[in-house]
Amino acid sequence: MRIRAIALRILRQFIHDKRTMALMFIAPLLVLSLMNLVFNGDKYTPKLGLEKSMVLYADRLASLDVDITTYSDAAEGDAALRSGEIDAFIKLEAAGPKVILEGSNPAANQAVLVVLQDLFSQPEPAEAAGGLQDAPVRPEISYLYGAEEMKTIDRYGPIMIGVFVFFFVFLIAGVSLLRERTSGTLERLLSTPLQRREIVLGYVLGFGLFTVLQALLISWFSIKVLGIMMAGSFMYVLLITLLMALTALTLGTLLSAFAANELQMIQFIPLVIVPQIFLSGLFPLDTLPLWLQRLGLLTPIYYGSEALMDIMIRGKGWSAISLNVMILLGFSLLFMALNVLALRKHRRM
Amino acid sequence: MNVVHPVLSVRHVGKAFGKKEVLRDISLQVEGAETFGILGPSGSGKTTLVKLLAGIDEATTGEVRVLGTTMPKLSVLQKIGYMAQSDALYSELTAKENLEFFAALYGLKDGNRTRRIGDVMELVDLQEHLNKRVDQYSGGMKRRLSLAIALLHEPPLLLLDEPTVGIDPLLRQAIWTELKGLNRKGTTIVLTTHVMDEAGKCDRLAMIREGRLLAVDTPAGVLKAAGAASLEEAFLYYGGARP
Ligand SMILES: Nc1ncnc2c1ncn2[C@@H]1O[C@H](COP(=O)(O)OP(=O)(O)O)[C@@H](O)[C@H]1O
Ligand SMILES: [Mg+2]
Repeated sequence: MRIRAIALRILRQFIHDKRTMALMFIAPLLVLSLMNLVFNGDKYTPKLGLEKSMVLYADRLASLDVDITTYSDAAEGDAALRSGEIDAFIKLEAAGPKVILEGSNPAANQAVLVVLQDLFSQPEPAEAAGGLQDAPVRPEISYLYGAEEMKTIDRYGPIMIGVFVFFFVFLIAGVSLLRERTSGTLERLLSTPLQRREIVLGYVLGFGLFTVLQALLISWFSIKVLGIMMAGSFMYVLLITLLMALTALTLGTLLSAFAANELQMIQFIPLVIVPQIFLSGLFPLDTLPLWLQRLGLLTPIYYGSEALMDIMIRGKGWSAISLNVMILLGFSLLFMALNVLALRKHRRM
Repeated sequence: MNVVHPVLSVRHVGKAFGKKEVLRDISLQVEGAETFGILGPSGSGKTTLVKLLAGIDEATTGEVRVLGTTMPKLSVLQKIGYMAQSDALYSELTAKENLEFFAALYGLKDGNRTRRIGDVMELVDLQEHLNKRVDQYSGGMKRRLSLAIALLHEPPLLLLDEPTVGIDPLLRQAIWTELKGLNRKGTTIVLTTHVMDEAGKCDRLAMIREGRLLAVDTPAGVLKAAGAASLEEAFLYYGGARP
């Protein structure tokens, strides 16, 4: 009842504050559209897997800009491909060499195709390719996920959906609670029989209802209007965006306890949001030092982005994202508990 | 009302923020259905004391009991109507939305809620501005709305921190009439002020200065003890400006 009262109040504040509402709904669409126009491919060193029988190509590949791993049989290579350890796997089949691309990253796809062109346009090593020695070999190429015509925005889209929801909810929820503190309304709330956890839950419910709409709009716009690739279930996309919003909300309100004014809340963006974006998989992480890659595992956006890519590009279902869902839920619950604790600073009971 | 023990009892209360002692060894009692004024210059610790009474803050030393319960205690908060010194209102919401919100926090339900909102807004003479956004209110109107919210759930104890600042004399008079009316119905009122003519309307006064309690007495008693003609003079007398 009291939780509902807080939720209703937050919704009413939104309705009266058209500008903030526009920021939450329109700004993400604008930036996504821009990104859609701007993104092009970029240089990338592809990781190739070779079946043992194709090891003859290793010498020739060594002269190209590529990382090579050799696998003892086709099954092992296929597994590595599925788990994303390699971008493409070359194996030998009855009809000749066969290349399978992982396919979810357009930059990687492009790089692999360039390497393949170099590789197979040269004359064959004598023993290779099942004795077809004279004619240049044309390998059969197929994609595990994604597709040949996948665009860069298809890769970045899922990440950006998550990032936008996270960013705006973090900022607006944080500022909301901060204002509540600086304007004295928080103290006023704490002079009523309201429990501290009811305040936190009220915020979760009020912003929750609001972010359902936001998540719906952003996901719908990205997929239907911008035509970003969508191989999986819309409901899962919604679930993950909502969980990211919940994490952002609870983290934002928590950190607002350490900000004295709105500007100080903004100062959290380069500290808390930007590093998360860099470690989210937007840029290839393999080139980063290991400790930095590990640090990514501590950030909510990483898990959200990973799940969204799995759903939207790789069309995966519950089994692929369940761990991410649990981790995001865990983050939210942890932050909620910490919020209740942080409010102790204002009232002990 | 069968008020056996005092509604409010403060025993040897001290409050420090870090090293800074803001209240020192304050002891006083407030009886049921009286209007009790806390008088003191700005910075003397009035607001700090009221927050201890309201259960928002906790005393560093000593004990605060409200309606027989040691504070702070969540269950007692339902029986207190608190009006903060700064207007704690949601400025982007209308007065009605603010009232509805606080009414819900105090558990007022549908019909009763609407009726109480009408009552308190009439009392502070804001019924025509019910649907106006609070950011279009003047300072005095906000003060009155804060008072209306404090009265909303008909609490037996009112804690009002400088309730009439910025309210014009005519309306101030009307509000005092209403407060006295509540007194007669059994409501206990504790308010802070640094306006002397207002202090004269209280049943009893506590004079504080630099966090110390100087005296607790009726206005007439204060005048007599200080041998002063006005409360203002008496205040200066207690404040150390003795001749
Ligand atoms: N949270 C706080 N931290 C530190 N000092 C405080 C705090 N709140 C009040 N004070 C100090 O306590 C003293 C009394 O303040 P206050 O109770 O607001 O006085 P009054 O209401 O009588 O004007 C002031 O010197 C003020 O600076
Ligand atoms: Mg004060």
